[in-house]
Amino acid sequence: MDTNGPEKPSRRRFLDILLGTSAFATLGAILYPVFRFMVPPQIVEAQQNSVVAAKTSELANNTGKIFKFGSKPGLIVRTDTGEVKAFSASCTHLDCIVQYQPEAKNILCACHNGIYDLAGKNVSGPPPRPLDEYAVNVKGDDIIVTKT
Amino acid sequence: MKWLKSEIKQRQHLLPAFFYGLRKYVLVILVCLFMAGMLTTFSTDTVRVAAQKKNSCAECHSKLEGRLGQPSKLFENDIHNSRGLSCNDCHGGDPTKDDKAAAKSPYSGYLGTPGPTEIASFCGKCHSDASVMKKFNPSLRVDQVQEYYTSVHGTRLRAGDKKVATCISCHGNHGIRKSSDTQSTVYPKNVAETCAKCHSDGDYMKEYGIPHDQYEKYKASVHFNALNEKNDLSAPTCNDCHGNHGAVPPGITSVANVCGQCHSRQADLFRKSVHKDVFDRMQIGECLRCHNNHAILTPTDDMLGIEKGSVCITCHSAGKGFQAAKEMRSSLAAIKRRVSEAEELLEQAERAGMEVSHPKFELEDAIDSLTQARVSVHSVSVEELNKATAPGLAIANKSFEAGLAAFGELNFRRKGLAVSLVFIFFLAALIFLKIKQIERPAKEAGNDGSPDS
Amino acid sequence: MKTEALKLWFDKRLGISSAVELAEKKEIPLHRHSIWYYFGGMTLFLFVVQVVTGILLLLYYRPSAENAFESVQFIVTEVEFGWLIRSVHSWSANLMILTLFIHMFSTYFMSAFRAPREITWVTGVFLFVISICFGFSGYLLPWNELAFFATKVGTDIAGVLPFVGDFMLRFLRGGDEVTGATLTRFFGFHVAILPATTTVVLGIHLLLVQMHGISVPPGQEKESVKKMKFFPNFFLRDLIGWIVAVGILAALAAIFPWELGVKADPFASAPAGIKPEWYFLFMFQTLKYLPAKILVFEGEVIGILAFMLGGLIWLLVPFINRRTDSKKAKVVFNVFGGFVLMFIVVMTIIGFLD
Repeated sequence: MDTNGPEKPSRRRFLDILLGTSAFATLGAILYPVFRFMVPPQIVEAQQNSVVAAKTSELANNTGKIFKFGSKPGLIVRTDTGEVKAFSASCTHLDCIVQYQPEAKNILCACHNGIYDLAGKNVSGPPPRPLDEYAVNVKGDDIIVTKT
Repeated sequence: MKWLKSEIKQRQHLLPAFFYGLRKYVLVILVCLFMAGMLTTFSTDTVRVAAQKKNSCAECHSKLEGRLGQPSKLFENDIHNSRGLSCNDCHGGDPTKDDKAAAKSPYSGYLGTPGPTEIASFCGKCHSDASVMKKFNPSLRVDQVQEYYTSVHGTRLRAGDKKVATCISCHGNHGIRKSSDTQSTVYPKNVAETCAKCHSDGDYMKEYGIPHDQYEKYKASVHFNALNEKNDLSAPTCNDCHGNHGAVPPGITSVANVCGQCHSRQADLFRKSVHKDVFDRMQIGECLRCHNNHAILTPTDDMLGIEKGSVCITCHSAGKGFQAAKEMRSSLAAIKRRVSEAEELLEQAERAGMEVSHPKFELEDAIDSLTQARVSVHSVSVEELNKATAPGLAIANKSFEAGLAAFGELNFRRKGLAVSLVFIFFLAALIFLKIKQIERPAKEAGNDGSPDS
Repeated sequence: MKTEALKLWFDKRLGISSAVELAEKKEIPLHRHSIWYYFGGMTLFLFVVQVVTGILLLLYYRPSAENAFESVQFIVTEVEFGWLIRSVHSWSANLMILTLFIHMFSTYFMSAFRAPREITWVTGVFLFVISICFGFSGYLLPWNELAFFATKVGTDIAGVLPFVGDFMLRFLRGGDEVTGATLTRFFGFHVAILPATTTVVLGIHLLLVQMHGISVPPGQEKESVKKMKFFPNFFLRDLIGWIVAVGILAALAAIFPWELGVKADPFASAPAGIKPEWYFLFMFQTLKYLPAKILVFEGEVIGILAFMLGGLIWLLVPFINRRTDSKKAKVVFNVFGGFVLMFIVVMTIIGFLD
């Protein structure tokens, strides 16, 4: 029995089809972002907490190298005993980028002659605080520097 | 009491016998009494008091008024005093003698008040003798007097000028403090004022024909500000550039070396640049030509270029130098402009609700590049400057792109929203129609959902 | 025919035909206040939105002080449509509490708590409290400055209670101060304890609603009032509302995205003019107005106890109101309800303007 009496069956069907399609489409429009969300993005981790600063093969004894830690500069130093140390390369005086001096075996900031020792401590010149030190882990050929 | 009295009375007749019995011990008793007397008189306290250094100089002079009474008062705070030294260690004389003539007799080595020409050797008696200084402060230098005679003050003194500074002019004579003591006349923050005592006195300096506005100018400088306002004790004052004992203005061809002690990069670039030879030949004074010597102000970008206010145009009006100045300035201006454009765009994106904290952070590296570029100006080479601005320009461009991308994303979202809203409202409308459809004919037949139909 | 066979198959195993019968019977009374009947379902829908978006956010969020802020930043910048899911979650929370308030007050004024629906009312008030707790715990999770200090102030207020105050403060904060421990704990409340509690209480609430049917306000006669079938008629109308809500949420997310803020720094001083979320504002503003001391007691303590007493009365309304037909009782209850509503509205507005 057709309880929707005088209504033409075709029009009713049309509305039903339209309704179904539209509902489907809207559902799709809602589920599409949900599924895209669940697919992991290219960069998988939130923060650059650790980075491969250099390769052990590239870093000779008594040399230093500047590397990028996120958007900040870092300095990695290999002492002449082979120990690897890593610091923030932003001078604590006015943020110039520091460098390692192999002859003097210390870290120099050329902007105003600030000197830091190999423990990162400010020993001479204007710098008011030591350099931030980072943790170093050597995994095979990779030297991994992590923010402490 | 009554009982005691009666007891004594009872035995009174025995008294003479008591003393008679003691007669063999008389000598012992006498010796003991004598020793007790001696000990009392010569007990350690008394001995110490007697042995304490008698300083007749201080005793008399502290009672005097005015100029003669000053020294002993000042000496209380003097570092020599705290090391156990006294008036006679410098002036000679015999402090144990109360009589003035005896205390100051020539036999006692009394030197009196040294005149200006004698002061250096007076102080140098100890301060130039390593074996003496070793006993008090082994790390102190012992060549101050030697240095002094290389200075303008020292050479003029030898030539007979008694107005120049000697040891006591800067260090004081009786209230001398360590240079690390904040109240010392030679504590870094106080040095300029000490030098200014003479050098800012127009009348005193009249005959020398040199300016006497150095202190005023220095007070306007960044170095003074750093030292006195920001408490950066590594900031330079008079002695850092002029030397302290061998005080002499740096030669006109060695200014860069002096400034380069701290500003090594700039000095290095300058020395390698075309300016070095030209400046030295023309006796221009290197750094101080553009930066002044005492009134060293915060440099601005306006100092570079060909517009009014630039230092370049004081020499250059045409030719290669002029061109270089123009190009360097425009290169700096270009990166500054790009950075501010990127900053502006990112701010706008953030206000529109987009998350741009990362690009904003990275833009700060461009500022770093700008600082490097400003240093490389000293090479006066357009190439060098561009090498420094290039990375910063790249970062600024990247940040600008990020800003554009943020706006692109915003537009995408808005478009996406519009499209999905169309879908949503279309669907809602269709459901509405469906409801109408279910209920319309039913209204006639009674099928609007009520259970009675 | 195929559909019939399928239905029969499921029915034999799950017994759904009885449920379908009940669903067919479900009716909604129609009268001039029927419009308010939509709000319960709307609140439920928004809660479902919260659960779905919340679960999605769980795939990327990290509940530690070092990582929380960065993980939200990551969601909003790196994850595709992360901005959408996050903003929808934050906006839907607020919208849900709004519809919840409307639902609660409309049921109050329609006296829907009368017998036999007292327990429905009680579970409803519990759900209200749970939702506030959801809001409070969730607010801290992005670990930004505003959230940090709002939590500090909020837990400070809890600590002011007599006897239990110190314990409550330590229990909430996971220590004496607001730290990473607080964050982890709030996360546990927000994604496990509160959802589990809600499942039980909401389940009872919905079951009771089905059991007793939709109440008719005293003004309308129960017998002669028109009725509408829930399925499909009222449900389709509900659906329109829900779909429009989705549209509104999408628009809010795209045009007024929820901000990230500044990462919380426990050592920085509080920014000026911190305010809690709008649904706490009326309490916050009232406490601000109370004098420091009332008689011998601290003003704040009196204020909080007063609110708790008010809440208790609100909870027990069905048991206080016995004589439902008495006109006088009705007036008293309407006035009380009206006062509460006005108080909340006015204080919230003042709180915003302050």
